[in-house]
Amino acid sequence: MRLSELSQGADAVVQEVENVMDGDPIARRLRDYGFVRGEPVRLVGRGPIGADPLLVQIGFTRFALRRAEAARVIVESVP
Amino acid sequence: MIESVVSLRLALVGNPNCGKTALFNQLTGGRQKVANYAGVTVERKEGRFSGPSGRTFQLIDLPGAYSLEAASPDEVITRDVCLGHFPGETAPDAIVCVADATNLRLHLRFVLEVRRLGRPMVLALNMMDAARKRGIDIDVAKLEAALGIPVVETVAVRRGGAAALAARLDGELPPAVLVDASSDLHAEVRAMLADAVSMPRRTAEIDDALDRFVLHPLLGLGVLAVIMFLIFQAVFSWAEPLMEGIEAAVGMIGTWVGSGLASMPMLQSLVVDGIFAGVGGVLVFLPQILILFLFILALEESGYLPRAAFLLDRLMLKAGLTGRSFIPLLSSFACAIPGIMATRSIQDPRDRLTTILIAPLMTCSARLPVYALLIAAFIPNQKVAGMFNLQGIVLFTLYVAGIVSALAVAWVIKLIRRDKSEHALLMELPSYRIPHPRDIAIGLWERANIFLKRVGGIILSLTIILWFLSTFPGAPEGATEPAINYSFAGMLGRWLHVLFEPIGFNWQISIALVPGLAAREVAVSSLATVYALSGHEEGLQAIVAAQWSMATAFSLLAWYVFAPMCLSTLATVRRETNSWRQVWIMAGYLFALAYIASFLTYQITRAFSA
Ligand SMILES: Nc1nc2c(ncn2[C@@H]2O[C@H](COP(=O)(O)OP(=O)(O)OP(=O)(O)O)[C@@H](O)[C@H]2O)c(=O)[nH]1
Ligand SMILES: [Mg+2]
Repeated sequence: MRLSELSQGADAVVQEVENVMDGDPIARRLRDYGFVRGEPVRLVGRGPIGADPLLVQIGFTRFALRRAEAARVIVESVP
Repeated sequence: MIESVVSLRLALVGNPNCGKTALFNQLTGGRQKVANYAGVTVERKEGRFSGPSGRTFQLIDLPGAYSLEAASPDEVITRDVCLGHFPGETAPDAIVCVADATNLRLHLRFVLEVRRLGRPMVLALNMMDAARKRGIDIDVAKLEAALGIPVVETVAVRRGGAAALAARLDGELPPAVLVDASSDLHAEVRAMLADAVSMPRRTAEIDDALDRFVLHPLLGLGVLAVIMFLIFQAVFSWAEPLMEGIEAAVGMIGTWVGSGLASMPMLQSLVVDGIFAGVGGVLVFLPQILILFLFILALEESGYLPRAAFLLDRLMLKAGLTGRSFIPLLSSFACAIPGIMATRSIQDPRDRLTTILIAPLMTCSARLPVYALLIAAFIPNQKVAGMFNLQGIVLFTLYVAGIVSALAVAWVIKLIRRDKSEHALLMELPSYRIPHPRDIAIGLWERANIFLKRVGGIILSLTIILWFLSTFPGAPEGATEPAINYSFAGMLGRWLHVLFEPIGFNWQISIALVPGLAAREVAVSSLATVYALSGHEEGLQAIVAAQWSMATAFSLLAWYVFAPMCLSTLATVRRETNSWRQVWIMAGYLFALAYIASFLTYQITRAFSA
């Protein structure tokens, strides 16, 4: 499942970040931010308009990611 | 004094918002801008400090970066300096890596990436005060052993909080550690954290609680609207007594000095009609500008701004912008120049250019005097619905008009580009911080200084030049009109008047627009001078209220929403975009919008008030 599909407040573990094109700079940045295999993430909140962007907790940091950005992150949800 | 020789060149490198600039200021006694969001520093800055032994160090402050694979123009600067590719300089002798002790999962990865450069290095573990408060326990000795570089705890915002770092840098630095360049940095970070750091919670409890409220889909937008609205209310209602005080003082001194010069009418006119009327006319707006900055400074330090960007991102995206444009645009309310510089932190070049092009539509503080003058002259000072100040509401509306037009312009740019590709947001939200009253006081003091320097420098000089142009040549023998009508400025005003008559500007306004090109406040001081020379004795506000029609006043307000003329902004755009074309595009579209808006405002107001 994708990070963008998590429900609010849900926890998950990152599987990988997909490139949507060759050398995808956004995917590379996400990996630098710590979206790498085995890292716990949580969907903390959503923006007020169209539930976009998403507020994501990774490591000890919170990032605002647009849906298309979050959709690059494949996660496995944690019950 | 002997110029001391720099013994070592050091560069501060680290993730955004970890406190590099705060450390820089602490060590060098500098006053560079510190604020609580990623991307405050966008330039390379240097300073000096001496260690306990008296050795002198050169310290370079750099923009924050998430990686040396730069993704935005500010990160390019950091990368180039680190690698020694920055024009005109070699790589620094040693790197002072800075990491936020409360955010080590992210920051240590970058430390490890920088360590691969193979330069002598020290790690400053900053924000130790915040880490202790949150019960984060860091075993510095273990971390030092794992990293192979000296680690020093710092609290950059406390006096003496960087003394240990200065002492460590003054000692012998160990040679660079050679590391395997293909290792998995994330795995290394995890191992170090597991070994040396214990953390009761991954985030600060207070941040979670505040975010639930501030970023709530409904409440959040409400909070944002209330904050913005309060600022404008305060600018009008708090400033009034102070402004009256300044006005009275300037008036008194002017009369007193003027009476001393009674024997020299020419000089008396220069001093009273030129300097005191003109400069005093601008000086009274100091309190309003400071109140605006009080709020901006407090918001910048609180960590709220990236949250506002989060709330508005979708809206801005629809208009062809990004949430990341929010902070540069907000800075433009102070002045478009730092706002345009701040766009360096925007990754996408198209988003950056759009943000630059619309930055002048954010009402900069130099326009505040013009608004304030006209509002005070034409809008009654009364309460609406028992609590809101009507003048504050009108001011708010003018700012909103600027914002709405900016969004519209961005939207048109998007249409012209037919751009459907993806633009990145990827924005970090920092921890909340309570602003220190002392820092805000220093910030305000600096603002007051900048404003007073402008008043004493460019505004004063332009006012004096305008006085000369409005006084010479004098009236011919047997003239019937006031002397200014025969002067150079009078002639120029009449020519320009042809262009500006359809939008309701009289010749006095037409003259005032010209020096307003160099500094917008000068439009106000020029009006004051021109009217004083035309034989008016009252204060500018009273003159304007008596002499101008409502339609003219509103038209000038509309003009200043777009106010296309600020030479220093255009010069900054040239530098930041490296293109004259963008400069012409910007100046052209702003002029067209200003003219159209003023024309409509004038004609409509006239139709209604007739
Ligand atoms: N509590 C605490 N706050 C700090 C400390 N050092 C810096 N800060 C705060 O952290 C925020 C960021 O500080 P800056 O010095 O602007 O950070 P920077 O690393 O220069 O940021 P960029 O220029 O954006 O890369 C500001 O709100 C500072 O007041 C510290 O030691 N303790
Ligand atoms: Mg900085």
